[in-house]
Amino acid sequence: MTEPVVRIENLTLALPKGADRPHAVEGLSLDLMPGRILCVVGESGSGKSMSAYALTGLLPRALKVAGGRITFEGRDLLGLDERAWRGLRGRRIAMIFQEPMTALNPVMRIGDQIAEMFEAHGLLTPAERRARAVALAREVGLPDPEQIVRAYPHQLSGGQRQRAMIAMALALEPSVLVADEPTTALDVTTQAQILKLIRELQQRRGMSVLFITHDFGVVADIADHVAVLQRGKLVESGPARAVLENPQAPYTRALLAAVPSLTPPERPPVAANPVALSVAGLGKTYTTRGGLFGKPRVVAAVREVAFDLRRGETLGIVGESGSGKSTTARLAIRLVEPDRGTVRLGTLDFTALGPAALRAERRRIQMIFQDPFASLNPRRTVEQIITAGPIAHGTPARQARARARELLDLVGLQPSAAERYPNAFSGGQRQRIGIARALAMEPDVLVADEAVSALDVSVQAQVLRLLEDLKQRLGIAMLFITHDLRVAATICDRIAVMHRGAIVEEGPTAALFAAPEHPYTRSLLAAAPGSGSVLARPHPIPA
Amino acid sequence: MTIQPASPPAASGLAPEMLIPAPAETAAPLAPARSPTALALRRGLHHGGFLIGAGILGLIVLAALAAPLIAPHDPYAQDVSRRLIPPVWHAKGSWEHVLGTDKLGRDYLSRLIYGSQISLLIGLSAALISGIIGTTLGILAGYFGGRVDALVSYVVTTRLAMPVVLVALAMASLVGGSLKVVVLVLGLLLWDRFAVVTRAATRQVRGQDFVAAAQASGFGTARILVQEILPNIMNALIVVATLEMAHAILLEAALSFLGLGVQPPLPSWGLMIAEGKQYMFFQPWVITIPGVALLVLVLAINLLGDGVRDITAPEGRH
Repeated sequence: MTEPVVRIENLTLALPKGADRPHAVEGLSLDLMPGRILCVVGESGSGKSMSAYALTGLLPRALKVAGGRITFEGRDLLGLDERAWRGLRGRRIAMIFQEPMTALNPVMRIGDQIAEMFEAHGLLTPAERRARAVALAREVGLPDPEQIVRAYPHQLSGGQRQRAMIAMALALEPSVLVADEPTTALDVTTQAQILKLIRELQQRRGMSVLFITHDFGVVADIADHVAVLQRGKLVESGPARAVLENPQAPYTRALLAAVPSLTPPERPPVAANPVALSVAGLGKTYTTRGGLFGKPRVVAAVREVAFDLRRGETLGIVGESGSGKSTTARLAIRLVEPDRGTVRLGTLDFTALGPAALRAERRRIQMIFQDPFASLNPRRTVEQIITAGPIAHGTPARQARARARELLDLVGLQPSAAERYPNAFSGGQRQRIGIARALAMEPDVLVADEAVSALDVSVQAQVLRLLEDLKQRLGIAMLFITHDLRVAATICDRIAVMHRGAIVEEGPTAALFAAPEHPYTRSLLAAAPGSGSVLARPHPIPA
Repeated sequence: MTIQPASPPAASGLAPEMLIPAPAETAAPLAPARSPTALALRRGLHHGGFLIGAGILGLIVLAALAAPLIAPHDPYAQDVSRRLIPPVWHAKGSWEHVLGTDKLGRDYLSRLIYGSQISLLIGLSAALISGIIGTTLGILAGYFGGRVDALVSYVVTTRLAMPVVLVALAMASLVGGSLKVVVLVLGLLLWDRFAVVTRAATRQVRGQDFVAAAQASGFGTARILVQEILPNIMNALIVVATLEMAHAILLEAALSFLGLGVQPPLPSWGLMIAEGKQYMFFQPWVITIPGVALLVLVLAINLLGDGVRDITAPEGRH
């Protein structure tokens, strides 16, 4: 039996007074074995990131170690002073972060940042450092390493920036790599590449990796061992396969059941229903002025987008960041004015309306937004938020208020929620309020722009179920924008795949997943995390 | 957060009257209904600077309002036989005139109390006038952007190029100094910071989805500005208002000191300092007393402003 590289024993981290619970992490014990990847998985607030920060000595000042030990190479890390930490961090234990844009210094060349790792620890000569930086850039698969080390972070793509971060982390050949959600900010195809890279590097160098994630798909792709955290406590740990295929703890089982499957369920046909939303030849081009003498930059955000959406149908628009899917949504409800094309609501030409007529007809198409914390005015009560729209359109206030309470009930909130301000609600509850606000206008079409992307997987499942249910009961047409193929598979009747501003493929969900025709669709499906694992198997819409 | 155990999937043919079972997430008891303002006020009760500032300012406001009741003498009553009596802590002082008298024998405490009316009046009305001008310009620039923004930015830059004190002096000497002129001149000059702060805050709030949601609900622009944007930039506005109020009070004192502000016999603190300057070396209290009053008032307003900033944006503190 080999000794673990890192042994966390009975670790307890105390939260400051006034937090929602006394401990961020309570009695946590984990072993990180040499040459293995341990995934710590949990929902937001589970304490998974804090355990990673404890291992690198970077705990926020408000958090205090209340007990336990972290042993690394025979030393107890928790007793180290700042000087000893500096010798250890970067050299023996390296860390990569979630957001590569903010984790890199924006005014320093990539190569210099990699070389700085040696400089900070007083290693090598300047010429050797430069040579090592190029070699590391090559090792992490950055294109044209000699040139790219001279680039600044903003000149790199998200995936390239994360590669540069990994190169920095690897520079001093640490024995432990701590990765805090390193692929969460990346597109799915980029994420697949970075996961592959981490896997390869870990095997080539025999490193141990502590990988923090919220995504069971990522766990399925990369983990040797899994530890599941719930509210600071370890609920289950073991080999990845065993945990994923045969979870023991009820919490793990519920979490896994909440992960939407990649196999779409059977869906009733809707072809006979009338068309609720018809979009044709939609286009939007952005021109950025290139300074005083520079050439203007022209970006076609949306090109010739066309689709029909029938009553009682959900059309998913799937694509990566920058594909134009969100712009399409905003064009459809005229939050952004289209340059070309028409949007028809039933027989009404929505794009031809003047300002006054537009305000009157806006109620027919409503939107649910991505960020539940930015989409509700913090200064107004829930009742004011829900009733403001109908009252502005002439509904008597008393009637609007009664309706607001019905709607709160409909979306699964207590009617007493009406008197509260948004600050009293969690993310999932706020999203329900956002849905109630949209429904209060009695729209024909609901546009959901990444409506569940900011939510934890269990809450996401609840909101998806609510949307599915509402659509069926109210016969609403829904345009569902998402980057997440699993979510799309769960809720969409048809899917349109967008790439660089244009729809490259459209079809019924089951057919599109079974036989994708466009190469881009195929690469998207192949990149979906956990696509080869138990998570891809069909299971019912989670509750 | 807790998760419900797996329950059967949503059946496709749910009857419309069937209610969705409330999920565990939403069944938890809700926190009491507290508005963001109420929460900020609760934090204010634990903020030392905010409490001290609010306390002193409250006292001064009370004194100003109750001046006829608490002032021991008529602030305008002259008595040349009792001129330049020193305050009570002096060997020659008396309880008859607690803070002594000025060169015309007017009771200094009474003049000080009535003077607070003028300082507060000028501070409040200048902050109000400049607040209305600056907020309107800033909110329009921040919300509409583009050409409106360019125009407003141009106007703000032009205004910033004008030295406030010199312009105020020139205006007052052209039109003649009086309370009304001082209020108007300061109100028309001190709106720049309001405009800059409002513009930045509006741009930030405008990018949030609840503004898009209001647009998608068919709200008119005026309704969006007043209902959605204004309440969310109020915190920043209050902070700027306190700063500008203190600024206006000091400027009034400076103008009055130079003889171009409030005209005698009105008991402005700046004027009191000006009138006392010839006795500065032999009866220093003649200028120290109104000077200290000015200092305390401005300090209290600034403490209050700092406090408001801290308690409305607690994430900015360590």
